[in-house]
Amino acid sequence: MQFTVNGTPRTVEATPDTPLLWVLRDALGLMGTKYGCGIAQCGACTVHIDGLAARACQVPVGTLEGAAVLTIEGLAEAGTLHPVQEAWIETQVAQCGYCQSGQIMQAASLLAGDPNPTDETIDAVMSGNLCRCGTYPRIRAAIRLAQAKMGA
Amino acid sequence: MSTLGTVTRRAFLVGTAVVGGAAIFGTYAVARPHANPLADGLPDGAVAFNPWIKIDGETITLITSHADIGQGATHMQAILMAEELDLDLDQFETEAGRPAAAYYNTAFADEAAQVFSALTPLPATILHAMLSPVTKLIGIQGTGGSTSTPDSWIKLRAAAASARETLKLAAARVYGVDAADLTTESGAVVLPSGERIRYQDLAAAAADIRPVQTVTLRTPEQWRYIGRPSERIDMVAKSTGAQVYGIDMVAEGMVHATPVTNPRRGPMLGYDATEALAIPGVRDVVEITGGVAVIADDTWSAFKGARALQFEWGPAPYHAEQADHWAEAEASFTPERLQATWRNDGDLDLDLDGTVVEATYRAPYIAHQPLEPLNALVTVTDGGIDIVAGHQMPTNVGGIAAAVTGHDPEQVTFHNCHSGGSFGHRLEFENIKRAVETANLMRGTPVKLTFTREEDFQQDFGRHLAVARARGAVGDGRVTAIDMEIAAASVLTEQGQRSGLPPTGPDSQIVAGVFDAPYGNIGNFRVRGYAVPNLAPTSSWRSVGASYGGFLIETFVDELIHAAGADPVRERLRMIDDPVSRAVLESCAEMAGWTGPDRGNGRFAGVALVRSFGVPVAEIVELEMTARGIRLHDVWVVADPGTVVDPVNIENQIQGGVVWGLGHAMNSELTYRDGRAEQTNYHAAEGMRLYHCPAIHVRTLETNPHIRGIGEPPVPPAFPALGNAIFAATGQRLRETPFNKFVDFV
Repeated sequence: MQFTVNGTPRTVEATPDTPLLWVLRDALGLMGTKYGCGIAQCGACTVHIDGLAARACQVPVGTLEGAAVLTIEGLAEAGTLHPVQEAWIETQVAQCGYCQSGQIMQAASLLAGDPNPTDETIDAVMSGNLCRCGTYPRIRAAIRLAQAKMGA
Repeated sequence: MSTLGTVTRRAFLVGTAVVGGAAIFGTYAVARPHANPLADGLPDGAVAFNPWIKIDGETITLITSHADIGQGATHMQAILMAEELDLDLDQFETEAGRPAAAYYNTAFADEAAQVFSALTPLPATILHAMLSPVTKLIGIQGTGGSTSTPDSWIKLRAAAASARETLKLAAARVYGVDAADLTTESGAVVLPSGERIRYQDLAAAAADIRPVQTVTLRTPEQWRYIGRPSERIDMVAKSTGAQVYGIDMVAEGMVHATPVTNPRRGPMLGYDATEALAIPGVRDVVEITGGVAVIADDTWSAFKGARALQFEWGPAPYHAEQADHWAEAEASFTPERLQATWRNDGDLDLDLDGTVVEATYRAPYIAHQPLEPLNALVTVTDGGIDIVAGHQMPTNVGGIAAAVTGHDPEQVTFHNCHSGGSFGHRLEFENIKRAVETANLMRGTPVKLTFTREEDFQQDFGRHLAVARARGAVGDGRVTAIDMEIAAASVLTEQGQRSGLPPTGPDSQIVAGVFDAPYGNIGNFRVRGYAVPNLAPTSSWRSVGASYGGFLIETFVDELIHAAGADPVRERLRMIDDPVSRAVLESCAEMAGWTGPDRGNGRFAGVALVRSFGVPVAEIVELEMTARGIRLHDVWVVADPGTVVDPVNIENQIQGGVVWGLGHAMNSELTYRDGRAEQTNYHAAEGMRLYHCPAIHVRTLETNPHIRGIGEPPVPPAFPALGNAIFAATGQRLRETPFNKFVDFV
């Protein structure tokens, strides 16, 4: 399979049913995308595929021919953090941090598609991403801060 | 960008830092009986003064020996040292350090002594029995019981102050000036001329100087970090995917593995690996205790292999059906199973006067399930064992691993990792044992063992189950008597056995949060604990016994206050005999604008106050009844842990504790059927999701005379505050969690 990861062309030799998650982690050494549940219940493996948020544990690598994959490692552009990342740092969202790659990728996708989301939209879009540490109040605040940064 | 190569190097940076040429500073008398782990292997001319601070020509390294499981322990330890050593937060590196007795947790003993001294008088034999297991813990490096901050508070600042003063002596010697004329700032000693000498440039000179033995700690007016907002040093890494966890560790030439062991925790009677071995990428299937490990080229192949296996499992060594777990607990209120009478104010053998209220309560098993599954990277050779994983009890890992292979514990090297949550899950050793067993079968090859989420759920030693029966009385608008009996598994006894500790006395965690409730003004208050056998294995779960103890006592108190016709806040304030707890509840009521459980506009509130780990925490939960069910709106929380080290992190921890408590109160339990846990992934035990989450308003008071940890104390009041709010809204008294068995949540 040939596709790009964070803008870099990659050729991957893997059985087609291998989830993108394990290709990223075991074959490409991109460890920022996390394994949490394997059944799309936690969102820790959230990446962007052709600009849309997806659970990497549910995407067989065989379906990715020609696709553009973006992971947390590629979200910053030319050394400048994405506004969502800046907001996450300023708000000090993370506790253990294990879910936060997925949270950030989901939030970046949300704001890319809806620059002014309602509270209900934020709740709906972000509720597929579990945070066992309970950083939800800060996630909400950070999304609003990122929204302000992106609108500025 | 993280690559395989950089992660490989990081994997072995932990605990194997080069200390050649380093000068290590500071002093702390209490640590002297134990060898300084930083001194081990130092080359000629280098000196190791204490276990926490080392400086060489290039790098200032702070050893943060308390495991970071997400609670911010690394940052807390670092800023305590940076405070006295005058370091900016980008001027040092942190390391977990090697497991060592020098890092023993002083607060394990202190916490217990302080808690017990604050109690109403107990029989001397009981007190002795309670304290003896605690004293046995001395020498153990451990993270748990919300002790990291109390343990670190004095000793890390003293170690850093000693290093600072010793660096001044070194500068005085090198530059021929009087040390009294020197100051320090931003990682440098400042000479009278104004010239700044970096600490690193003084390392060699300082190595020849006996470290300053007596230091004066800075006063609160002088603090730059303590009590002030600072950016947690792991915040950038955790927002860019760069933070490395145990599951991210790799080694050259390693194989991947995943365990499948008997979900009933009995023996494996037989298995068929034919289909698994036919899967591309699967190399082997090997037998380990209670099951097998699939060895593969990558994680996914191992997981696929695991799913293709066929097993014949032996029976569970405990009741197979959940109903029998409950029945065993309910049958445990007998003289034979009575462990201790933990509290006995007044006289409860008399017939109760006034209106008598009786109730029974049930608290289920609950899984830990931090988001990073259990894992370990292990290499076994004839000469030793190398283990990379996240763990809360690093000094115990060596003995556990060595017992598997027959090595000497001294031959085990353990590299502790940052953990993707724990909540008590990484107090256990199942991942360590299974990984060491597997690697021992292929000596010389690094084995990376990763649990599937399903295996992690099935093998989780959950929160201990409990049943309580309570009797109380009210009269003249007051609560006049509480008599509570609690039957539960003895979680500390189990954990002690698995950790290799000798048997202990009565288990305070059967009755925690209840016997130490600050309600001395009731007059008649008795608490008895009963140990239940034949239950599934359990382990400490965030806030341990108080996680249900708070639910038991604060729900029953609410029932009694309702029967008395009193206000839930005002009557609790009358019952409280502890000024710190009283101030916390008063503050919470004030913050919430409390006028009673009915808030108007279809909203209702419940209150709870629980003192656990020495920290009283009050919570008021406000909810709304909607056509689709209960919606949580607001939670007001007040806690008094004494001095607040990090005001940002403490708010995050308190909010997280409330989320942890509310989420599991709403929808999570672990139940057994045919000997195995019925829940296998988050769809069946999801805890709180963002859409459930109320606004959580936090206030901290700082009047507590003892500095305390905050990881656990916010959890226990969340369960009863929610249940009491549901009662206010519906008139339905919920005496068992999870509440979604009885009501719907939006």
